[in-house]
Amino acid sequence: MEFIELILINKLDGVILRYPHHDNVDGTVCITGHHLILSSRKEGVRELWLLHRNIDSIEKKENKLSGGVVQGGFLYLKCKDLRIFQLDINNTTELSLLAQTLENLSSIQDPTLFYPFFYRHMHPIMENGYTLYSIEGEFTKVIATEEWRISRVNQNYTVCQSYPKAVVVPKCIDDETLAAAATFRQGGRFPVLSYRHNNGAVLLRAGQPLYGPKHRRCRPDEQILNSIVNVGMKGVIYDLRSSNMISQQQNKGGGSESPSNYSQWKIYNRPMDEVDNQQPLLESFSKLIETCIDREISCDKWLSRLESCGWPESVRNSLHTACIIAQHIHQRSEPVLVHGTRGEDATLLICSLVQIILNPDSRTIRGLQALIDREWLQGGHPFQSRVTSGPYSSRPRAAPTFTLFLDCVRQFLEQFPCSFEYRQCFLITLFEHAYASQFGSFLCDSDRERSALGVYDQTTSLWSWMNQPEELAVYINPLYDPTHDVIWPSVAPMSYVIWEELYLRWLVKQRTEEKEELYRVIRTREQALRAQAQQLRRELNDLAQQYYAQDK
Amino acid sequence: MRKETWILLMHISTVERLPITTTGSPLLVRTKTFQSVFFVIPRERDCHEMHQTLLRLSQPVNLEELYCFHYKSTPDDLPKSAGWNFFDIQTEFQRMNVPNEQWTLCNANRDYELCDTYPSEIYVPARASSAVLLGSASFRSRGRLPVLAYLHHNKAAIARCSQPLSGFSARCMEDEQMLDLIRRANPNCGYMYVVDTRPRINAMVNRAAGKGYENEAFYENIKFQFMGIGNIHVMRKSLQKLVETCEQNSPTMSSFLNGLESSGWLKHIKSILDTSWWIASAISGGVSVCVHCSDGWDRTAQVCSLAALCIEPHYRTINGYQALIEKDWLSFGHKFTARCGHVACDSRERSPVFTQLLDCTWQLLRQAPEAFQFNERFLLTLHDHAHACQYGTFIGNCQKDRRDLRLSERTFSLWGYMASHLNEYKNPLYNPKAYPDILKPDLSAQSIRFWRGMYCRHESGVHPRESLADLLPAAVHHATALTHHIDYLAKRISTFKNLLSGRKERKDDTVVNYQNGSSDTVDIETKMEAAEIDNKQSAMMSCTPIRAHDVTSKSKHRQHARTLHYESGGNLSELECANHDHPLKEGAPKIIPLITEKADAMIPATLSLLEAEISTVALDWKTIKNVTECGCSTPLDHFSRKHHCWGCGRVVCTRCVAARAALPALHAARAAPLCAACAPSTPSTPVTPPDLLTSAT
Repeated sequence: MEFIELILINKLDGVILRYPHHDNVDGTVCITGHHLILSSRKEGVRELWLLHRNIDSIEKKENKLSGGVVQGGFLYLKCKDLRIFQLDINNTTELSLLAQTLENLSSIQDPTLFYPFFYRHMHPIMENGYTLYSIEGEFTKVIATEEWRISRVNQNYTVCQSYPKAVVVPKCIDDETLAAAATFRQGGRFPVLSYRHNNGAVLLRAGQPLYGPKHRRCRPDEQILNSIVNVGMKGVIYDLRSSNMISQQQNKGGGSESPSNYSQWKIYNRPMDEVDNQQPLLESFSKLIETCIDREISCDKWLSRLESCGWPESVRNSLHTACIIAQHIHQRSEPVLVHGTRGEDATLLICSLVQIILNPDSRTIRGLQALIDREWLQGGHPFQSRVTSGPYSSRPRAAPTFTLFLDCVRQFLEQFPCSFEYRQCFLITLFEHAYASQFGSFLCDSDRERSALGVYDQTTSLWSWMNQPEELAVYINPLYDPTHDVIWPSVAPMSYVIWEELYLRWLVKQRTEEKEELYRVIRTREQALRAQAQQLRRELNDLAQQYYAQDK
Repeated sequence: MRKETWILLMHISTVERLPITTTGSPLLVRTKTFQSVFFVIPRERDCHEMHQTLLRLSQPVNLEELYCFHYKSTPDDLPKSAGWNFFDIQTEFQRMNVPNEQWTLCNANRDYELCDTYPSEIYVPARASSAVLLGSASFRSRGRLPVLAYLHHNKAAIARCSQPLSGFSARCMEDEQMLDLIRRANPNCGYMYVVDTRPRINAMVNRAAGKGYENEAFYENIKFQFMGIGNIHVMRKSLQKLVETCEQNSPTMSSFLNGLESSGWLKHIKSILDTSWWIASAISGGVSVCVHCSDGWDRTAQVCSLAALCIEPHYRTINGYQALIEKDWLSFGHKFTARCGHVACDSRERSPVFTQLLDCTWQLLRQAPEAFQFNERFLLTLHDHAHACQYGTFIGNCQKDRRDLRLSERTFSLWGYMASHLNEYKNPLYNPKAYPDILKPDLSAQSIRFWRGMYCRHESGVHPRESLADLLPAAVHHATALTHHIDYLAKRISTFKNLLSGRKERKDDTVVNYQNGSSDTVDIETKMEAAEIDNKQSAMMSCTPIRAHDVTSKSKHRQHARTLHYESGGNLSELECANHDHPLKEGAPKIIPLITEKADAMIPATLSLLEAEISTVALDWKTIKNVTECGCSTPLDHFSRKHHCWGCGRVVCTRCVAARAALPALHAARAAPLCAACAPSTPSTPVTPPDLLTSAT
């Protein structure tokens, strides 16, 4: 397929662009295979470059003049980064052509036609982000414990399509057992290690067991789980679904672990159905954004719609669940297995949040990149399917799971403004690149697909770009002062703050960056003075030693 | 762990006995500072007696019983007069260039004969005759005639009054003239707005009682506007619901958000801010506005001060905000005693009108922190003291009440106390250049937030675990300490350099002035006696007699309750920050010249003594972020004031700041807070004893 077939109009003059916080721009629209460009061709007026993939929905409104004559109209471009542009176009035919063109281009689904495959990074790449967080590097310490090993049973993606080639499993379990257990888990997602805490307690994740109406049983699966429970202890399984959902799934061949087969494990429910079922979460997000961009909303409506969209509760519930699981691991040293239905949404969300609580490394920039790499990209979160829709449209399998994760991290940042190396604009950058980007990191649904399409060879990784020193500096929290311990967030409803820098940024001018700049000034001054004082102390000491030595 | 809960009796809002349980009789105490404490008392008779005692003590029958009349000395040893003369209405109007051609100071109310709830000095249009004033006053509810509240430099004015006694058709020529004169006092605009802050329906109802609103047909060139702020009863009930929402035992997101919504509190805050901003934009657009509600002392006070806060940067400073309260609230007769329930009276008179002013201010502060010199703690302090009655400032319902009670002679002023604690109220982000002019708030519903710091203040678990309100000031104070230390080091270095070169040249007593940029005074200010928290006289109630296990688990999450500390430890450099004529600046401090040229030439006898001297000041301060209790095991929660000991850099609580003393390793030897371990044994000797010194020659 050629882009040329899809582009019905590639240049259009006299278009007026309106969008929040900016003056209207009068200019020319150009359409390329990947971008909509609006240029005023004037000095000092920035051009708008909009990736087609960022466009979530296109609405066309025609100007109806008196007597039923139609003359021009405007296009509403609603973007996945939550912006809404309005393009005023005088000519009705051109309006339709442009709308159709954008419709065509924004609904392309073949990843190899996306911009990352065409984008050439201008600067030399210092380190390749795709190889930065290898499983060997990430789990060095864990492997050194002699209790865990890297298994390549999935080398050809035959055991599990959504897992990477290599996973970490108990050392005493051989590959045959893994392969056998995979047949008992949804999508072949047999239990693998997600995180090992410094007290030795571990967090595992998997797909749901295929218990089914026939009460299937799988010895290899039980063997894997039992191998990590010490004598005299019990492990904990958290099923992230309601009992209703579990029995529904059981009828379809899924279900939860049967307590009698897993006698060494306590099995709990912690329902996060809305996250695991995608559709409700997308609806919740859409309602949230709709409420956030409503300029005329009254205070009462604002609160009740915020409540009824359910998003704040999803954030709170995710944090709460993560806290409970982190408590098992940190305070009781119990191994925990987390799963939902497929184990690609709520499961990954919870495993990631538990690590933010427990692991100080995940509170650094590289640590969060590594976490996203391990849990989300390698862990098989189907990014491509999930980001086909932003809040302004609804396509099957789309869901803002990753956005929910970032929102939860934002809550941590609010409560622990010093413990994180990154500041919230880092999270916003991740949010934007997950939906539309020149970088290949978030393309495709799994490691398997990315390998097959050559993402790793033919595109640039987001990390490669982010980790350039001048880029990295942007994301550093001026107040960073690492906490080497576990952090427990408050999950009380009054502690929830709306992520205004993201959801309200096109409604209310955000001033967070200015504030952070002031923090930086204060901190820098303190540090500079401290350094100066230390320097002078040394100088004084030298002089004094000289003086007193002569004195003798 | 030593855990004490201190509750000021005056802060108690309700005492409620709940149904008896197997463990004992529960008693629920709620305070005006949004704390609720739940006691279980084993014996029912004790519970009954405690209930009666608390009721009696928390609601004095007459004003003379109030705490302020028995409060004998402040922690800072301030004289009683301190603060009472900080603000006077004439100075404030002079700042606005009033009197001038258009506006004049009127003597007609000198002895409150025109209106007893107005200040004795009122400013009216220069051309208003006394007949007009008298006539207008008689046509306004409680004689509260239209007078000047604020004059902008563009000559647009905010005038305030109460509702006219218009009924269905009454009119008054003098009142109509009065408003016309106010309009004409602004030569730049041919009309003016009359804003009735009430919802239309309320104003209509008032007409039946012979009151009402201005008829545009009778008053020339006015544009009349209703606003829609609810009355005191609506606000009281709304706050009640808000408190119930915050008190839920295990709130879910739904129950919290729904409770917040159904309380209507944010809606009311928004209506006040909307009206204030409406007035502010009219004024900045050059149109005068005359504001009233019913009696013109609740809603009118709120919107007049908030509008001024948006227009005038001066009011966003600590002194300016206090002046604003002094003018719009205290002088113009907001009924603090009735609204805050200082004495037992009709509970229907109580209403959180002042709390709403602070809440609205907080909304602005949250949106534009650089615009304000003060911080959240400043607002909370004002709120607590408006109810505490420890200082005479907020006692009474109007200026006349306060004069009759001779408060300025008999009680302390809050402004005096606050002036000696300015450092605590300073906002580290303040930048006067950021908003040199008008401050435009964002008033979309999404931007009006629940003030967790006020209403959930005592729920220590819900606040950020690392508080910027502590961290940023700590960084600023640390930088100050380092600057003084650097100056000291520079001076020492220069001395040693001279000595070393002097050895060669045999030239004594040459002192090169090697200074490090700090222009701070070299003189040492004498330390103000860091008095202890004066709990003997403070008539506070301790609940320690109730044993910990008697308190049921339900109360546990409320047990992080904290005493309102009237803390000690002001020092004079803080007073010097006050840019008005502070009475304490004269006479009170003894200026001891500490570091003189001679002393500068004195150096410690040995290297180890020098090292000891240097190390009296900590280079690094312990981080404040993970501190949950002081070394004395006093819990330090979100709103506890945390201090750093300048000597060792540890974090201590207010009570553990044992002394404030000059340290030898600080150049401008200001009184530095020290913990018990670092405090010199004789705290009044800030200088290193002479036997440690040797002459440089």
